[in-house]
Amino acid sequence: MTSRAATQEPRWVRLLLLSLGLGFLFFFLGLPLLAVFTEAFAQGWPAYREALLEPETRSAILLTIAIAVAVLPFNILFGVAAAWAIAKFDFRGKSLLITLIDLPFAVSPVVAGLIFILLFGSNGTFGPWLQAHDLRVIFAVPGMIIATLFITFPFVARELIPLMQTQGKDEEEAAVSLGASGWQMFWRVTLPNIKWGLLYGVILANARAMGEFGAVSVVSGHIRGETNTLPLHVEILYNEYNQIGAFAAASVLALLALVTLVAKTVVEWRMRRETEMLTATLPPEKTAS
Amino acid sequence: MAKAANQRVLPGFGLSLGYTLVYLSILILLPLGGMVLKTSSLGLGQIIDIATGDRALAAFRVTFGASAIAALINAVFGLIVAWILVRYSFPGKRLIDALVDLPFALPTAVAGITLATLYAGNGWVGRWLEPFGIKVAYTPWGIVVALTFIGLPFVVRTLQPVIEDIEPEVEEAAASLGASRWQTFSRVIFPAIGPALLTGATLAFSRAVGEYGSVIFIAGNMPLISEITPLLIISKLEQYDVLGATALAVVMLAISFVLLLAINALQWWAANRHRGEIQELPRP
Repeated sequence: MTSRAATQEPRWVRLLLLSLGLGFLFFFLGLPLLAVFTEAFAQGWPAYREALLEPETRSAILLTIAIAVAVLPFNILFGVAAAWAIAKFDFRGKSLLITLIDLPFAVSPVVAGLIFILLFGSNGTFGPWLQAHDLRVIFAVPGMIIATLFITFPFVARELIPLMQTQGKDEEEAAVSLGASGWQMFWRVTLPNIKWGLLYGVILANARAMGEFGAVSVVSGHIRGETNTLPLHVEILYNEYNQIGAFAAASVLALLALVTLVAKTVVEWRMRRETEMLTATLPPEKTAS
Repeated sequence: MAKAANQRVLPGFGLSLGYTLVYLSILILLPLGGMVLKTSSLGLGQIIDIATGDRALAAFRVTFGASAIAALINAVFGLIVAWILVRYSFPGKRLIDALVDLPFALPTAVAGITLATLYAGNGWVGRWLEPFGIKVAYTPWGIVVALTFIGLPFVVRTLQPVIEDIEPEVEEAAASLGASRWQTFSRVIFPAIGPALLTGATLAFSRAVGEYGSVIFIAGNMPLISEITPLLIISKLEQYDVLGATALAVVMLAISFVLLLAINALQWWAANRHRGEIQELPRP
Protein backbone atom coordinates (compact mmCIF):
# COMPACT_ATOMS: atom_id res chain seq x y z
CA MET A 1 0.00 0.00 0.00
CA THR A 2 2.72 2.48 0.94
CA SER A 3 4.94 1.58 -2.02
CA ARG A 4 1.94 2.07 -4.32
CA ALA A 5 1.34 5.52 -2.94
CA ALA A 6 4.96 6.48 -3.55
CA THR A 7 4.83 5.48 -7.20
CA GLN A 8 1.47 7.08 -7.92
CA GLU A 9 0.40 10.67 -8.20
CA PRO A 10 -1.69 12.12 -5.38
CA ARG A 11 -5.42 11.86 -5.97
CA TRP A 12 -5.91 15.54 -6.78
CA VAL A 13 -3.13 15.42 -9.40
CA ARG A 14 -4.75 12.38 -11.02
CA LEU A 15 -8.12 14.14 -11.16
CA LEU A 16 -6.51 17.28 -12.55
CA LEU A 17 -4.65 15.37 -15.30
CA LEU A 18 -7.75 13.37 -16.17
CA SER A 19 -9.91 16.46 -16.53
CA LEU A 20 -7.25 18.35 -18.51
CA GLY A 21 -6.63 15.43 -20.87
CA LEU A 22 -10.24 14.47 -21.36
CA GLY A 23 -11.29 18.12 -21.66
CA PHE A 24 -8.69 18.65 -24.39
CA LEU A 25 -9.90 15.56 -26.26
CA PHE A 26 -13.50 16.67 -25.85
CA PHE A 27 -12.82 20.08 -27.40
CA PHE A 28 -10.59 18.85 -30.20
CA LEU A 29 -12.12 15.45 -31.06
CA GLY A 30 -15.55 15.06 -29.49
CA LEU A 31 -17.05 18.42 -30.39
CA PRO A 32 -15.95 18.40 -34.06
CA LEU A 33 -17.28 14.87 -34.54
CA LEU A 34 -20.57 15.82 -32.95
CA ALA A 35 -20.77 19.04 -34.96
CA VAL A 36 -20.38 17.32 -38.35
CA PHE A 37 -23.48 15.22 -37.84
CA THR A 38 -25.49 17.92 -36.05
CA GLU A 39 -24.90 20.36 -38.89
CA ALA A 40 -25.69 17.71 -41.50
CA PHE A 41 -29.03 16.91 -39.88
CA ALA A 42 -29.81 20.52 -38.88
CA GLN A 43 -32.87 20.54 -41.13
CA GLY A 44 -33.87 16.96 -40.62
CA TRP A 45 -33.52 13.72 -42.48
CA PRO A 46 -35.38 14.70 -45.71
CA ALA A 47 -33.11 17.69 -46.33
CA TYR A 48 -30.08 15.50 -45.61
CA ARG A 49 -31.27 12.81 -48.00
CA GLU A 50 -32.00 15.36 -50.70
CA ALA A 51 -28.54 16.93 -50.30
CA LEU A 52 -26.87 13.56 -50.75
CA LEU A 53 -28.96 12.64 -53.77
CA GLU A 54 -27.91 15.77 -55.70
CA PRO A 55 -26.42 14.53 -58.98
CA GLU A 56 -23.16 16.43 -58.40
CA THR A 57 -22.73 14.97 -54.93
CA ARG A 58 -23.45 11.52 -56.27
CA SER A 59 -20.94 11.84 -59.09
CA ALA A 60 -18.39 13.15 -56.55
CA ILE A 61 -18.92 10.06 -54.40
CA LEU A 62 -18.51 7.80 -57.42
CA LEU A 63 -15.31 9.53 -58.56
CA THR A 64 -13.88 9.30 -55.03
CA ILE A 65 -14.49 5.55 -54.96
CA ALA A 66 -13.16 5.12 -58.51
CA ILE A 67 -9.89 6.89 -57.67
CA ALA A 68 -9.41 4.78 -54.54
CA VAL A 69 -10.07 1.59 -56.51
CA ALA A 70 -7.56 2.67 -59.16
CA VAL A 71 -4.88 3.57 -56.62
CA LEU A 72 -5.01 0.70 -54.11
CA PRO A 73 -3.67 -2.13 -56.36
CA PHE A 74 -0.52 -0.06 -57.04
CA ASN A 75 -0.08 0.50 -53.31
CA ILE A 76 -0.48 -3.20 -52.55
CA LEU A 77 1.95 -4.28 -55.27
CA PHE A 78 4.57 -1.74 -54.26
CA GLY A 79 4.09 -2.35 -50.54
CA VAL A 80 4.57 -6.10 -50.83
CA ALA A 81 7.53 -5.79 -53.23
CA ALA A 82 9.32 -3.19 -51.11
CA ALA A 83 8.72 -5.08 -47.86
CA TRP A 84 9.89 -8.36 -49.42
CA ALA A 85 13.16 -6.84 -50.62
CA ILE A 86 13.80 -4.89 -47.42
CA ALA A 87 12.72 -7.46 -44.82
CA LYS A 88 14.06 -10.68 -46.33
CA PHE A 89 17.39 -9.60 -47.84
CA ASP A 90 20.45 -7.65 -46.82
CA PHE A 91 21.76 -4.98 -49.13
CA ARG A 92 23.58 -1.68 -48.92
CA GLY A 93 21.56 1.53 -48.66
CA LYS A 94 18.61 -0.19 -47.01
CA SER A 95 18.02 2.50 -44.40
CA LEU A 96 18.27 5.18 -47.08
CA LEU A 97 15.61 3.34 -49.06
CA ILE A 98 13.33 3.19 -46.00
CA THR A 99 13.76 6.94 -45.50
CA LEU A 100 12.98 7.60 -49.17
CA ILE A 101 9.78 5.56 -48.93
CA ASP A 102 8.65 7.86 -46.11
CA LEU A 103 9.43 10.94 -48.20
CA PRO A 104 5.86 11.70 -49.40
CA PHE A 105 4.79 12.12 -45.75
CA ALA A 106 7.22 15.00 -45.44
CA VAL A 107 6.09 16.79 -48.61
CA SER A 108 3.20 19.25 -48.35
CA PRO A 109 0.17 18.04 -50.34
CA VAL A 110 0.17 21.33 -52.22
CA VAL A 111 3.79 20.79 -53.28
CA ALA A 112 2.89 17.21 -54.29
CA GLY A 113 0.20 18.57 -56.59
CA LEU A 114 2.53 21.22 -57.97
CA ILE A 115 5.26 18.79 -59.04
CA PHE A 116 2.80 17.03 -61.35
CA ILE A 117 1.62 20.34 -62.82
CA LEU A 118 5.26 21.04 -63.65
CA LEU A 119 5.50 17.65 -65.38
CA PHE A 120 2.15 17.33 -67.13
CA GLY A 121 0.72 20.90 -67.24
CA SER A 122 0.41 22.70 -70.58
CA ASN A 123 3.80 24.38 -70.05
CA GLY A 124 5.24 21.36 -68.28
CA THR A 125 7.95 18.92 -69.32
CA PHE A 126 5.56 16.52 -71.04
CA GLY A 127 2.88 19.16 -71.76
CA PRO A 128 3.52 19.66 -75.50
CA TRP A 129 3.77 15.92 -76.11
CA LEU A 130 0.49 15.26 -74.26
CA GLN A 131 -1.20 18.05 -76.18
CA ALA A 132 0.04 16.72 -79.50
CA HIS A 133 -1.50 13.35 -78.66
CA ASP A 134 -4.68 14.92 -77.33
CA LEU A 135 -4.16 13.52 -73.83
CA ARG A 136 -5.19 15.33 -70.68
CA VAL A 137 -3.56 14.59 -67.35
CA ILE A 138 -3.80 17.85 -65.44
CA PHE A 139 -7.33 19.13 -64.72
CA ALA A 140 -8.47 15.58 -65.46
CA VAL A 141 -8.86 12.29 -63.66
CA PRO A 142 -5.44 10.79 -64.58
CA GLY A 143 -3.66 13.67 -62.82
CA MET A 144 -5.82 13.16 -59.74
CA ILE A 145 -4.94 9.47 -59.71
CA ILE A 146 -1.22 10.22 -60.02
CA ALA A 147 -1.37 12.81 -57.22
CA THR A 148 -3.22 10.32 -55.00
CA LEU A 149 -0.63 7.64 -55.80
CA PHE A 150 2.08 10.03 -54.61
CA ILE A 151 0.26 10.91 -51.39
CA THR A 152 -0.62 7.30 -50.47
CA PHE A 153 2.74 5.86 -51.59
CA PRO A 154 4.20 4.90 -48.16
CA PHE A 155 1.17 3.50 -46.34
CA VAL A 156 1.21 -0.23 -47.20
CA ALA A 157 5.00 -0.53 -47.33
CA ARG A 158 5.58 1.02 -43.92
CA GLU A 159 3.07 -1.36 -42.29
CA LEU A 160 4.57 -4.44 -43.95
CA ILE A 161 8.30 -3.72 -43.54
CA PRO A 162 8.46 -3.93 -39.71
CA LEU A 163 5.96 -6.81 -39.66
CA MET A 164 7.95 -8.93 -42.13
CA GLN A 165 11.21 -8.01 -40.42
CA THR A 166 9.98 -9.41 -37.10
CA GLN A 167 8.61 -12.53 -38.80
CA GLY A 168 12.04 -13.31 -40.23
CA LYS A 169 12.58 -15.67 -43.12
CA ASP A 170 12.64 -19.12 -41.47
CA GLU A 171 9.21 -20.17 -42.68
CA GLU A 172 9.84 -19.12 -46.28
CA GLU A 173 13.22 -20.84 -46.29
CA ALA A 174 11.59 -24.01 -45.00
CA ALA A 175 8.98 -23.83 -47.76
CA VAL A 176 11.61 -23.34 -50.47
CA SER A 177 13.89 -26.08 -49.15
CA LEU A 178 10.89 -28.45 -49.15
CA GLY A 179 10.53 -27.75 -52.86
CA ALA A 180 7.92 -25.01 -53.07
CA SER A 181 8.13 -22.70 -56.05
CA GLY A 182 8.42 -18.96 -55.46
CA TRP A 183 4.73 -18.35 -56.05
CA GLN A 184 3.66 -21.32 -53.92
CA MET A 185 5.79 -19.98 -51.09
CA PHE A 186 4.30 -16.52 -51.47
CA TRP A 187 0.63 -17.55 -51.63
CA ARG A 188 0.79 -20.30 -48.99
CA VAL A 189 3.33 -18.98 -46.49
CA THR A 190 4.05 -15.26 -46.87
CA LEU A 191 0.58 -13.94 -47.69
CA PRO A 192 -1.23 -15.75 -44.84
CA ASN A 193 1.42 -14.39 -42.46
CA ILE A 194 1.09 -10.78 -43.55
CA LYS A 195 -2.62 -10.61 -44.39
CA TRP A 196 -3.62 -8.54 -41.36
CA GLY A 197 -0.74 -6.13 -41.75
CA LEU A 198 -1.53 -5.80 -45.45
CA LEU A 199 -5.18 -5.11 -44.67
CA TYR A 200 -4.14 -2.54 -42.08
CA GLY A 201 -2.02 -0.68 -44.61
CA VAL A 202 -4.78 -0.84 -47.22
CA ILE A 203 -7.31 0.59 -44.74
CA LEU A 204 -5.04 3.55 -43.98
CA ALA A 205 -4.17 4.10 -47.65
CA ASN A 206 -7.85 3.97 -48.60
CA ALA A 207 -8.82 6.54 -45.98
CA ARG A 208 -6.13 8.87 -47.25
CA ALA A 209 -6.97 8.26 -50.91
CA MET A 210 -10.65 9.03 -50.38
CA GLY A 211 -10.02 12.00 -48.10
CA GLU A 212 -7.08 13.70 -49.82
CA PHE A 213 -7.72 17.37 -50.45
CA GLY A 214 -4.65 19.53 -51.07
CA ALA A 215 -2.79 17.52 -53.72
CA VAL A 216 -5.94 16.56 -55.62
CA SER A 217 -7.26 20.13 -55.41
CA VAL A 218 -4.15 21.49 -57.17
CA VAL A 219 -4.36 19.12 -60.14
CA SER A 220 -8.15 18.79 -60.45
CA GLY A 221 -9.18 22.12 -61.96
CA HIS A 222 -12.46 21.85 -60.00
CA ILE A 223 -14.67 20.92 -62.95
CA ARG A 224 -18.08 20.19 -61.47
CA GLY A 225 -19.48 16.76 -62.17
CA GLU A 226 -16.19 15.79 -63.82
CA THR A 227 -13.14 16.23 -61.60
CA ASN A 228 -14.80 16.76 -58.24
CA THR A 229 -14.06 14.26 -55.53
CA LEU A 230 -16.14 14.34 -52.38
CA PRO A 231 -13.64 16.42 -50.34
CA LEU A 232 -13.41 18.95 -53.18
CA HIS A 233 -17.19 19.03 -53.45
CA VAL A 234 -17.39 19.79 -49.72
CA GLU A 235 -15.29 22.89 -50.34
CA ILE A 236 -17.45 24.07 -53.25
CA LEU A 237 -20.71 23.64 -51.34
CA TYR A 238 -19.28 25.31 -48.24
CA ASN A 239 -18.06 28.30 -50.24
CA GLU A 240 -21.53 28.62 -51.77
CA TYR A 241 -22.94 28.89 -48.24
CA ASN A 242 -24.78 25.61 -48.77
CA GLN A 243 -24.23 24.55 -45.16
CA ILE A 244 -26.56 21.52 -45.27
CA GLY A 245 -25.11 20.23 -48.54
CA ALA A 246 -21.51 20.73 -47.38
CA PHE A 247 -22.05 18.97 -44.07
CA ALA A 248 -24.14 16.19 -45.62
CA ALA A 249 -21.21 15.43 -47.92
CA ALA A 250 -18.81 15.89 -44.99
CA SER A 251 -20.84 13.46 -42.88
CA VAL A 252 -20.27 10.73 -45.47
CA LEU A 253 -16.52 11.32 -45.17
CA ALA A 254 -16.76 11.44 -41.37
CA LEU A 255 -18.57 8.12 -41.47
CA LEU A 256 -15.77 6.76 -43.63
CA ALA A 257 -13.30 7.99 -40.99
CA LEU A 258 -15.25 6.24 -38.21
CA VAL A 259 -15.43 3.00 -40.20
CA THR A 260 -11.68 3.32 -40.78
CA LEU A 261 -11.05 3.70 -37.05
CA VAL A 262 -13.21 0.70 -36.19
CA ALA A 263 -11.63 -1.48 -38.88
CA LYS A 264 -8.18 -0.37 -37.78
CA THR A 265 -8.92 -1.20 -34.14
CA VAL A 266 -10.30 -4.63 -35.04
CA VAL A 267 -7.27 -5.44 -37.21
CA GLU A 268 -4.88 -4.21 -34.50
CA TRP A 269 -6.65 -6.49 -32.04
CA ARG A 270 -6.39 -9.49 -34.40
CA MET A 271 -2.72 -8.84 -35.06
CA ARG A 272 -1.96 -8.61 -31.35
CA ARG A 273 -3.83 -11.86 -30.69
CA GLU A 274 -1.98 -13.64 -33.46
CA THR A 275 1.45 -12.55 -32.25
CA GLU A 276 0.46 -13.55 -28.70
CA MET A 277 -0.57 -16.99 -29.91
CA LEU A 278 2.65 -17.24 -31.89
CA THR A 279 4.88 -16.26 -29.00
CA ALA A 280 2.96 -18.57 -26.66
CA THR A 281 3.67 -21.62 -28.84
CA LEU A 282 7.32 -20.80 -29.51
CA PRO A 283 10.14 -21.93 -27.22
CA PRO A 284 11.27 -19.14 -24.87
CA GLU A 285 14.53 -18.31 -26.69
CA LYS A 286 12.49 -17.36 -29.75
CA THR A 287 10.30 -14.91 -27.86
CA ALA A 288 13.17 -12.80 -26.54
CA SER A 289 13.49 -9.92 -28.96
CA MET B 1 24.10 -20.64 -41.40
CA ALA B 2 26.30 -18.44 -43.55
CA LYS B 3 24.85 -15.11 -44.58
CA ALA B 4 25.81 -15.38 -48.25
CA ALA B 5 24.14 -18.77 -48.58
CA ASN B 6 21.04 -17.40 -46.85
CA GLN B 7 20.61 -14.65 -49.41
CA ARG B 8 20.29 -17.04 -52.28
CA VAL B 9 17.72 -19.34 -50.67
CA LEU B 10 14.71 -17.05 -51.08
CA PRO B 11 13.62 -16.03 -54.58
CA GLY B 12 12.54 -12.66 -55.89
CA PHE B 13 15.25 -10.34 -54.59
CA GLY B 14 16.08 -8.80 -57.96
CA LEU B 15 12.45 -8.54 -59.02
CA SER B 16 11.14 -6.98 -55.82
CA LEU B 17 14.02 -4.56 -55.32
CA GLY B 18 14.02 -3.63 -59.00
CA TYR B 19 10.30 -2.91 -59.00
CA THR B 20 10.61 -0.93 -55.76
CA LEU B 21 13.39 1.25 -57.14
CA VAL B 22 11.74 1.85 -60.51
CA TYR B 23 8.36 2.73 -58.98
CA LEU B 24 9.98 4.96 -56.34
CA SER B 25 12.01 6.76 -58.99
CA ILE B 26 9.17 7.33 -61.45
CA LEU B 27 6.55 8.42 -58.94
CA ILE B 28 8.58 10.22 -56.27
CA LEU B 29 12.23 10.92 -57.01
CA LEU B 30 12.12 12.06 -60.65
CA PRO B 31 9.11 14.40 -60.18
CA LEU B 32 10.70 15.97 -57.09
CA GLY B 33 14.04 16.22 -58.87
CA GLY B 34 12.30 17.76 -61.87
CA MET B 35 10.87 20.50 -59.70
CA VAL B 36 14.24 21.31 -58.16
CA LEU B 37 15.74 21.37 -61.66
CA LYS B 38 13.03 23.74 -62.82
CA THR B 39 14.10 26.31 -60.25
CA SER B 40 17.67 26.17 -61.52
CA SER B 41 16.46 28.31 -64.43
CA LEU B 42 15.58 30.93 -61.83
CA GLY B 43 18.91 31.02 -60.07
CA LEU B 44 19.45 31.23 -56.36
CA GLY B 45 19.24 35.03 -56.23
CA GLN B 46 15.78 35.09 -57.74
CA ILE B 47 14.52 32.31 -55.48
CA ILE B 48 15.68 34.28 -52.47
CA ASP B 49 14.00 37.40 -53.87
CA ILE B 50 10.68 35.56 -54.25
CA ALA B 51 10.95 33.87 -50.85
CA THR B 52 11.77 37.12 -49.06
CA GLY B 53 9.06 39.25 -50.64
CA ASP B 54 6.70 40.91 -48.15
CA ARG B 55 3.81 38.52 -48.77
CA ALA B 56 6.00 35.41 -48.82
CA LEU B 57 7.82 36.39 -45.62
CA ALA B 58 4.53 37.09 -43.86
CA ALA B 59 3.20 33.72 -45.03
CA PHE B 60 6.29 31.92 -43.71
CA ARG B 61 5.93 33.75 -40.41
CA VAL B 62 2.27 32.74 -40.07
CA THR B 63 2.94 29.14 -41.16
CA PHE B 64 5.88 28.52 -38.86
CA GLY B 65 4.53 30.57 -35.97
CA ALA B 66 1.16 28.80 -35.92
CA SER B 67 2.81 25.40 -36.45
CA ALA B 68 5.18 25.99 -33.54
CA ILE B 69 2.40 27.08 -31.18
CA ALA B 70 0.25 24.12 -32.23
CA ALA B 71 3.19 21.72 -31.72
CA LEU B 72 3.76 23.18 -28.25
CA ILE B 73 0.07 22.80 -27.32
CA ASN B 74 0.21 19.22 -28.57
CA ALA B 75 3.40 18.52 -26.62
CA VAL B 76 1.78 19.62 -23.34
CA PHE B 77 -1.65 18.07 -23.82
CA GLY B 78 -0.33 15.08 -25.77
CA LEU B 79 1.87 14.19 -22.79
CA ILE B 80 -1.12 14.45 -20.45
CA VAL B 81 -3.35 12.39 -22.77
CA ALA B 82 -0.70 9.70 -23.30
CA TRP B 83 -0.10 9.55 -19.55
CA ILE B 84 -3.75 9.11 -18.58
CA LEU B 85 -4.31 6.58 -21.38
CA VAL B 86 -1.41 4.41 -20.19
CA ARG B 87 -1.47 4.87 -16.43
CA TYR B 88 -5.03 5.57 -15.36
CA SER B 89 -8.22 3.60 -15.82
CA PHE B 90 -11.51 5.31 -16.49
CA PRO B 91 -14.74 4.35 -18.25
CA GLY B 92 -14.65 4.50 -22.04
CA LYS B 93 -10.86 4.43 -22.12
CA ARG B 94 -10.53 2.04 -25.07
CA LEU B 95 -13.02 4.03 -27.12
CA ILE B 96 -11.19 7.27 -26.39
CA ASP B 97 -7.87 5.61 -27.19
CA ALA B 98 -9.19 4.57 -30.60
CA LEU B 99 -10.64 8.03 -31.20
CA VAL B 100 -7.22 9.68 -30.81
CA ASP B 101 -6.46 8.67 -34.41
CA LEU B 102 -9.48 10.59 -35.71
CA PRO B 103 -7.39 13.49 -37.11
CA PHE B 104 -5.48 10.97 -39.26
CA ALA B 105 -8.68 9.38 -40.55
CA LEU B 106 -10.89 12.43 -40.97
CA PRO B 107 -10.42 14.16 -44.35
CA THR B 108 -8.83 17.56 -43.81
CA ALA B 109 -11.61 19.43 -45.64
CA VAL B 110 -14.15 18.01 -43.20
CA ALA B 111 -12.00 19.07 -40.25
CA GLY B 112 -11.63 22.51 -41.82
CA ILE B 113 -15.31 23.32 -42.32
CA THR B 114 -16.25 21.79 -38.95
CA LEU B 115 -13.69 23.75 -36.95
CA ALA B 116 -14.59 26.94 -38.84
CA THR B 117 -18.26 26.41 -37.97
CA LEU B 118 -17.47 25.61 -34.31
CA TYR B 119 -15.23 28.63 -33.77
CA ALA B 120 -17.17 31.20 -35.83
CA GLY B 121 -18.86 33.95 -33.82
CA ASN B 122 -22.17 32.05 -33.78
CA GLY B 123 -20.62 28.57 -33.38
CA TRP B 124 -20.77 26.31 -30.34
CA VAL B 125 -17.37 27.42 -29.08
CA GLY B 126 -17.11 30.81 -30.76
CA ARG B 127 -20.22 32.22 -29.09
CA TRP B 128 -18.69 31.69 -25.64
CA LEU B 129 -15.45 33.39 -26.63
CA GLU B 130 -17.01 36.33 -28.49
CA PRO B 131 -18.25 38.16 -25.32
CA PHE B 132 -14.67 38.21 -24.07
CA GLY B 133 -13.51 39.79 -27.30
CA ILE B 134 -11.71 36.60 -28.33
CA LYS B 135 -11.97 35.87 -32.05
CA VAL B 136 -10.59 32.56 -33.24
CA ALA B 137 -12.11 31.78 -36.64
CA TYR B 138 -10.76 33.91 -39.52
CA THR B 139 -7.72 35.00 -37.49
CA PRO B 140 -4.25 33.42 -37.09
CA TRP B 141 -5.58 31.72 -33.92
CA GLY B 142 -7.95 29.76 -36.14
CA ILE B 143 -4.89 28.40 -37.92
CA VAL B 144 -3.46 27.32 -34.56
CA VAL B 145 -6.72 25.49 -33.73
CA ALA B 146 -6.73 23.62 -37.06
CA LEU B 147 -3.05 22.68 -36.76
CA THR B 148 -3.53 21.51 -33.17
CA PHE B 149 -6.29 19.19 -34.37
CA ILE B 150 -4.17 17.86 -37.24
CA GLY B 151 -1.12 17.22 -35.05
CA LEU B 152 -2.92 15.76 -32.04
CA PRO B 153 -2.16 12.03 -32.59
CA PHE B 154 1.58 12.42 -33.19
CA VAL B 155 2.69 13.20 -29.63
CA VAL B 156 0.18 10.80 -28.03
CA ARG B 157 1.11 7.89 -30.29
CA THR B 158 4.85 8.48 -30.02
CA LEU B 159 4.71 8.68 -26.23
CA GLN B 160 2.31 5.82 -25.42
CA PRO B 161 4.69 2.90 -26.10
CA VAL B 162 7.56 4.70 -24.37
CA ILE B 163 5.52 5.32 -21.21
CA GLU B 164 4.37 1.68 -21.30
CA ASP B 165 8.01 0.57 -21.39
CA ILE B 166 9.07 2.44 -18.25
CA GLU B 167 9.86 -0.29 -15.78
CA PRO B 168 8.01 0.06 -12.48
CA GLU B 169 11.18 -0.96 -10.62
CA VAL B 170 12.82 2.32 -11.61
CA GLU B 171 10.02 4.37 -10.11
CA GLU B 172 9.91 2.16 -7.02
CA ALA B 173 13.65 2.58 -6.55
CA ALA B 174 13.34 6.36 -6.78
CA ALA B 175 10.44 6.35 -4.33
CA SER B 176 12.18 4.05 -1.86
CA LEU B 177 15.23 6.32 -1.94
CA GLY B 178 12.98 9.07 -0.67
CA ALA B 179 12.07 10.93 -3.86
CA SER B 180 8.73 12.67 -3.92
CA ARG B 181 6.38 11.80 -6.77
CA TRP B 182 7.26 15.07 -8.52
CA GLN B 183 11.00 14.40 -8.13
CA THR B 184 10.50 10.91 -9.56
CA PHE B 185 8.65 12.39 -12.51
CA SER B 186 11.02 15.23 -13.27
CA ARG B 187 14.29 13.36 -12.66
CA VAL B 188 13.46 9.78 -13.69
CA ILE B 189 10.40 9.61 -15.92
CA PHE B 190 10.74 12.83 -17.86
CA PRO B 191 14.35 12.19 -18.99
CA ALA B 192 13.23 8.76 -20.20
CA ILE B 193 10.38 10.09 -22.32
CA GLY B 194 11.97 13.41 -23.31
CA PRO B 195 13.37 12.28 -26.68
CA ALA B 196 10.03 10.74 -27.67
CA LEU B 197 8.19 13.89 -26.64
CA LEU B 198 10.51 15.97 -28.79
CA THR B 199 10.14 13.53 -31.70
CA GLY B 200 6.34 13.62 -31.49
CA ALA B 201 6.27 17.42 -31.35
CA THR B 202 8.63 17.62 -34.34
CA LEU B 203 6.40 15.23 -36.31
CA ALA B 204 3.38 17.38 -35.47
CA PHE B 205 5.28 20.53 -36.47
CA SER B 206 6.44 19.00 -39.74
CA ARG B 207 2.90 17.94 -40.63
CA ALA B 208 1.52 21.36 -39.67
CA VAL B 209 3.94 23.28 -41.87
CA GLY B 210 2.65 21.64 -45.04
CA GLU B 211 -1.01 21.45 -44.02
CA TYR B 212 -3.55 23.04 -46.34
CA GLY B 213 -7.04 21.51 -46.29
CA SER B 214 -7.98 22.02 -42.66
CA VAL B 215 -6.49 25.50 -42.45
CA ILE B 216 -7.95 27.41 -45.38
CA PHE B 217 -11.55 27.29 -44.14
CA ILE B 218 -10.83 28.71 -40.69
CA ALA B 219 -7.92 31.02 -41.51
CA GLY B 220 -9.71 33.88 -43.26
CA ASN B 221 -6.76 33.86 -45.68
CA MET B 222 -5.94 37.57 -45.48
CA PRO B 223 -2.63 38.24 -47.26
CA LEU B 224 0.10 39.36 -44.82
CA ILE B 225 -2.04 38.38 -41.80
CA SER B 226 -3.54 34.90 -42.01
CA GLU B 227 -2.26 33.50 -45.30
CA ILE B 228 -0.23 30.30 -45.05
CA THR B 229 2.55 29.40 -47.48
CA PRO B 230 0.74 26.44 -49.14
CA LEU B 231 -2.17 28.77 -49.93
CA LEU B 232 0.22 31.39 -51.33
CA ILE B 233 1.68 28.70 -53.61
CA ILE B 234 -1.80 27.93 -54.90
CA SER B 235 -2.73 31.57 -55.44
CA LYS B 236 0.50 32.09 -57.39
CA LEU B 237 -0.41 29.07 -59.51
CA GLU B 238 -3.87 30.47 -60.15
CA GLN B 239 -2.27 33.71 -61.36
CA TYR B 240 -0.14 31.64 -63.78
CA ASP B 241 2.99 32.57 -61.79
CA VAL B 242 4.30 29.00 -62.02
CA LEU B 243 7.91 30.00 -61.37
CA GLY B 244 6.95 31.97 -58.26
CA ALA B 245 4.93 29.03 -56.97
CA THR B 246 7.81 26.65 -57.74
CA ALA B 247 10.33 28.84 -55.94
CA LEU B 248 8.22 28.83 -52.78
CA ALA B 249 7.58 25.08 -53.14
CA VAL B 250 11.32 24.38 -53.34
CA VAL B 251 11.90 26.38 -50.16
CA MET B 252 9.12 24.38 -48.46
CA LEU B 253 10.64 21.15 -49.77
CA ALA B 254 14.06 22.06 -48.41
CA ILE B 255 12.53 22.77 -45.00
CA SER B 256 10.66 19.43 -45.12
CA PHE B 257 13.96 17.63 -45.79
CA VAL B 258 15.63 19.35 -42.85
CA LEU B 259 12.71 18.34 -40.61
CA LEU B 260 12.85 14.77 -41.92
CA LEU B 261 16.58 14.61 -41.11
CA ALA B 262 15.90 16.09 -37.68
CA ILE B 263 13.24 13.46 -37.01
CA ASN B 264 15.63 10.68 -38.10
CA ALA B 265 18.36 12.10 -35.86
CA LEU B 266 15.93 12.29 -32.93
CA GLN B 267 14.97 8.68 -33.55
CA TRP B 268 18.61 7.57 -33.37
CA TRP B 269 19.13 9.61 -30.25
CA ALA B 270 16.06 8.10 -28.61
CA ALA B 271 17.14 4.61 -29.70
CA ASN B 272 20.55 5.08 -28.09
CA ARG B 273 18.93 6.03 -24.82
CA HIS B 274 16.25 3.43 -25.11
CA ARG B 275 17.68 -0.09 -25.32
CA GLY B 276 19.02 0.58 -28.81
CA GLU B 277 15.72 -0.11 -30.54
CA ILE B 278 14.45 2.20 -33.26
CA GLN B 279 10.89 3.16 -32.46
CA GLU B 280 8.18 2.94 -35.10
CA LEU B 281 6.79 6.41 -35.57
CA PRO B 282 3.17 7.32 -36.18
CA ARG B 283 2.45 8.84 -39.57
CA PRO B 284 -0.73 10.32 -40.96
